This record gives sequence, structure tokens and C-alpha cells, in this order.
Amino acid sequence: MKNDIILAGVGGQGILSIATVIGQAALAEGWYLKQAEVHGMSQRGGEVQSHLRISTEPIWSDLIPKGQTDIILSLEPLEALRYVPWLAENGCIVTSSVPFRNIDTYPDIEEVYAAIKRHPRHILIDTDALVKEVNAPVQASNMVLLGAAIPMLGIEFDIVKAALEKVFARKSEAVVETNIRALTAGYEYAKKNL
Amino acid sequence: MKHILLGDEAIAQGAIDAGLSGVYAYPGTPSTEITEYIQLVESRKSKVESCEDNPIFCRWATNEKTAMEAALGMTYAGKRALVCMKHVGMNVCADAFVNSAITGVNGGLVVVAADDPSMHSSQNEQDSRFYAKFALIPCLEPSNQQEAYDMTRMAFDLSEKLRVPILMRVTTRMAHSRAMVETVDTPKAQNMRHLPENAQHFILLPAFAKRNYADLLSEQPEFVRLSEELGNNVYTRGTDPKRAIVACGIAHNYMQEAGIAQGASILKVTQYPLPVKLINQMVADGVEDILVAEEGQPVVEELLRGMVPSHVRIRGRLTGDLPRMGELSPDCFIGVESVSKAESELKLPGRPPSMCQGCGHRDMYTALNEVAREYKEARIFGDIGCYTLGALSPFHAIHSCVEMGASVTMAKGAADAGQHPAIAVIGDSTFTHSGMTGLLDCVNSNADVVVLISDNLTTGMTGGQDSAGTGKLERICMAMGVEEEHVRVVVPLAKNMEEMKQVIREEINYHGTSVIIARRECIQTLKRKARK
Repeated sequence: MKNDIILAGVGGQGILSIATVIGQAALAEGWYLKQAEVHGMSQRGGEVQSHLRISTEPIWSDLIPKGQTDIILSLEPLEALRYVPWLAENGCIVTSSVPFRNIDTYPDIEEVYAAIKRHPRHILIDTDALVKEVNAPVQASNMVLLGAAIPMLGIEFDIVKAALEKVFARKSEAVVETNIRALTAGYEYAKKNL
Repeated sequence: MKHILLGDEAIAQGAIDAGLSGVYAYPGTPSTEITEYIQLVESRKSKVESCEDNPIFCRWATNEKTAMEAALGMTYAGKRALVCMKHVGMNVCADAFVNSAITGVNGGLVVVAADDPSMHSSQNEQDSRFYAKFALIPCLEPSNQQEAYDMTRMAFDLSEKLRVPILMRVTTRMAHSRAMVETVDTPKAQNMRHLPENAQHFILLPAFAKRNYADLLSEQPEFVRLSEELGNNVYTRGTDPKRAIVACGIAHNYMQEAGIAQGASILKVTQYPLPVKLINQMVADGVEDILVAEEGQPVVEELLRGMVPSHVRIRGRLTGDLPRMGELSPDCFIGVESVSKAESELKLPGRPPSMCQGCGHRDMYTALNEVAREYKEARIFGDIGCYTLGALSPFHAIHSCVEMGASVTMAKGAADAGQHPAIAVIGDSTFTHSGMTGLLDCVNSNADVVVLISDNLTTGMTGGQDSAGTGKLERICMAMGVEEEHVRVVVPLAKNMEEMKQVIREEINYHGTSVIIARRECIQTLKRKARK
């Protein structure tokens, strides 16, 4: 069992927190893990991605070969498309539908959606609406997205939830609760819409 | 114990567990997290009152050269020290580094150079393995996070045994990738302070240095023997030994992931100098074709040409079998044809990094650009930091960016040649790193330059580390000899735009050396403080 995931977004959106929670869950399950992150210059409002690989077998490379990614998990729809060359034929795109427009050249959003919808397996999720629905701040969008990926992750919801609790343990009880609501909302959405 | 650690963190934990007494470093991607991890561990330790451990010195140094020298001083006193930097930091500390191989060390000294192939956050792709060869010392290049941890501990022992510094070379993917690492439960105790037995060893007068250098040269066969016998380099004879792959550090993983070995012999290299015996064995096994997989520049590929018979074909980055520049990936080995061509049909615009909304550098550039336009040929010499992004849209403000501190001295040289206005833009941390000496040059010839220090009270680009000159910049500039009335301070905010422009104009029109400090706290560090 393996899962190669590309996490994508714009610097500052919080993709590394998603990776940390999945990593914690993988650790709890006794899986192997490798996760290549981007630090430094690209953090400043630029495109960021992280290759996250979890597997029951040892993993060689920190980078995922092209055409082998199981899930592209993106906090921004345009950024999701950037990593399509890495997606496996039966891979899935799970992305927020909320655009982050900090460039003049941002394409027509309908064209972006259409390009995502051309992939047989995709989940487009309005993270703004979902966080609002569960009364969580926009910063919890990353946990909505993570929740939506759980059906494809190969790790049970409860394990991921426990990992989230552990990762956020140093923050307040309220922060943990909010993030769990966001995670659950994403999970329920994916189950209905996959 | 098992932890999920970044490569950088694995090195840091390895150093702590090896009985580290001090880490000396200047922030630089991708090396910053090594020191930050040790600082975090230390800050938690200090909260435990009953903790009897000796503290580990872990304050940031002003630059890589001061870091390297302080570390050498710590090892002189018999303790173990770690020096960390990005690859270009090796250039800054090269004098101290190369000569530390001649003085030798008393306590263990490990130097970590984090290379950045593909220039994710750097201005070049230089390969630090050259420095180890240059200084004639051993180099370790872990291929995964566990090795990074284990090899750091080993490196300290090796350094003390051989009495030379050990260079550990990692690359961005190693430094910034996480994996499970098994660590020891009890760290080694720190060394007791003990002074060198041979006092002359650290005095590099020619008479003594010649003796030391001869010693270092005579040790070279021993370094090779250790590369052959310590187990860091492993030769595995394949079922088809006519083919071999020499895979160094993290490139070994990509090669394995790609599954291209298929019966070829494999020489995994994680320690230098190259293991001559193992290479001879590969030749004795009848190798005819060697693929060299190495991250960075073709160091091993070139060396091998002088080590194997001429009929053996050597392929790699020099022959075009692997890309000459950029970091490797499994795809480089799989070959382009078998890689999925599933490109997105939509043409995707790039999203380059930019300065944060609300950042003081932005207001500084707005003012500077407006004033610069009033002159026919104003030239703005930039430097290394977040403000380098002023080269991009919408500012297009700077005309150069070379290396730490070059803004000040390039502006001076251009002014010497008659360029006016010649303006340097440099951050506070870069200024204390390498700009101060250049400013002294300016003052000594009263060069007609304006040095604009964009002071955000932190080392911003690397994530907000302490900046060595915070609270001292005006006094430093005046002590260097800049006249008091030409050390100006402005607050870069939109509401102060007219005042800022006026100050810049006045100092451009003053035909001597002047400094303008545009001071406003980095909004990222400000936000972080607000959250606490």
C-alpha cells in the first residue's frame, strides 16, 4: 500500500500543516514516510508544493516520479493544474475551488474549473463556503481539504483525527475543535461527491 | 526513539547527541533549520530547572566567516562545534575553512554546507564537495535522513580521531525533506575543556604551517582507507558487472526509485575522498560502462576519468546522459520518453514570489523609484534578501544582485568610475554580514554613494532570525566615519512618502558618502509576535 501525494498552494496557505497531520497519521500506522518541502524564497506569495509519500514499504526517493502521483491536494485550483504531469492515470485531484489571485495573468476561472473537470477523478470543493458552514476561520481551509482526501488516503478518518489532535495539541482546545469540524466537513463532502 | 525529522533536523539532533557544545551559523536556505532546531531544543531545556546539561551555544553569528572562526576557537578549547551554512556561505568562510584543515582541530569540528542545485533560493549551483577536496579533508554526503543523523555523530568522532574538520555536504532535497529517524536515547556528554597539546599547531607561521601541511598530505592515504573501510561507501557487484552505476548521496535514491540498475553493479558513495579499492574492484569485475549519478556538479565523473582504464565508458552530467544543470529527480533516470506526457491543456501562468503586502521594503522602493526617475541614469545596486524581489514586477528597481554586501562596494566602484547617482540597497542583516567593511571603503575615499539600509529588524528571507545589527546601525555607520548629518532615518510608510523622497533626494545631491536607514519591522515577525 502506498500513497504519493503532491500538496500544492500559494506560499502562506498552510500546505505544510496538511503534510504534518498526514505524517503524524502515517507514523501512528507504522507506515514509512518521506516529505520534501519548500522553504525559503518561494514562500513569499509564490507557488509552493510538497511531495508527500507514505507507504507500507520503504521509500527510496524524496521526489515523486512524473506520472505516479495518487492525489494532488491543492488549496488553489490553478496550482492544482501545475502538477498534472506528475498525476497517475487513475490519480485524483482534490482542490479548493477558491482562486488566489495575486498575479495579473490569472486565467478565466471557468477555464481552470473545466481543465480540472476533464480529469475523471476530481473533487472541487468550495472551502470558503465549507469553513463558513461549520463556523471555522478561513485558515482552517487546509483541514477541509485534508478531510476531503481521507477516502483516498488509505488511513481511517479516526486515525487522521487523532493525528490532528496531536499536531495541534500545543494550541488551544478551541483551535483543535475548530479544525476537527473543518476536517469532518471536508470528509463528509468528499464521501457525497466522489 | 523514532521521530519524523527534516534532514536539517536530523543533522542537528545528531550533533546534539554527539555532545555538541556550540553551533555557529548565519541563516541561509537550505541550512537554516539546523541551527533553529538546536535553538528550539535549548529554549525548551532552559525551562526545565533541574536540567543539569551544559547549555549549547546557539546564537546566530554575524556571517559565515565569524561563525567558522568562533567554531575553530571552540574546538581549540577542546569542545565539539558545528558550523552550518548554505553553499555560498562556504565562499565567505573559505579562508578560515581551508586554513582550519592546516591548523587541525582539538575538539571535533563538523562543517555543514547545504547546496542548492536548481537554485531554488540561491544565485548559483556551486558544489561544496570541491571545498573538501580543496582543503584536503574528508567529506560525508548522506543519502537519507537516518544517514544524516548517524553520519553527523560519526563525523565528530572522525574529526577528533583525524584531528581535521569534516565537511558534511547536503542538498536542498536532503535538507528540506522529512523522514523517520531512529535516535539514541542518551546524548554523549560534552567534552571537558582541554587545550591543545601542541601549541604551535594553531600558529600558521610559514615554518609551522609547512610542517602542518606536510602532515595533512601524509594523512591523505588514511582518508582514502577510511573511505574504503568505514562502510559509508558500498560496492555491490551486479549480475551484469559490465555495467555499473556510481551513485552519490541522494542521487542514489533517485536511481533506485527509477529501477534502472537491473543487474548493474552499484557503488554507493557517501564519503570522500573516493574509495580507490572499491573502484579498482569494479574495474576488476570487468566494468565497461559507468553511469555517474551525482547531485550538483560533475565532481566524481571528472575524478573517475583519471581512475579507470581509458576503454571504460563514463557517462553522466558531462556527457549529457544526465542534465548538466539543475537538481536530479527519478525522472532524469527513467528517461523522458517513458514519463507521462499528460500536460494540462490550459497554459498556466507562473506565480513568482513577491514581497509581502504591507512590507516596508515596498514603500522604500516606491519612494526610491520615484526619486530615481528624476535623474537621467540613476543606478541602484541591490543585495541578497527579500528586497532582491524588488528586481521583479511591479518595481523593477534594482540593477544588480551578486552576493552578500556587493551593493555597497559595487555602488562605490561605479561612483569611482563617475556613475551618479550610485545607490546601494541592502538589508540590515546583509549590511552587518558583509556591508560594513565596504562602507568603510566608501568613507575612506568619501565615495559619492547613497547606502540605503532597508532595516526590517530581522533576517527576513530565511524566516525571521535575529539580525546582528539591530539597534546599532546608526552608531555603526557613524563609527565607520559617515558624517552624522548624513546618517538619516526614515519610516517607510505610504504616509511618509514625501518626506522619504526628500531625504533620498538630499542625500543623492550630497556628493559624499551617506546612509539612509529605512526602518520598519518585518510584517511577518510582527504578525508572529501578535499571535503570541
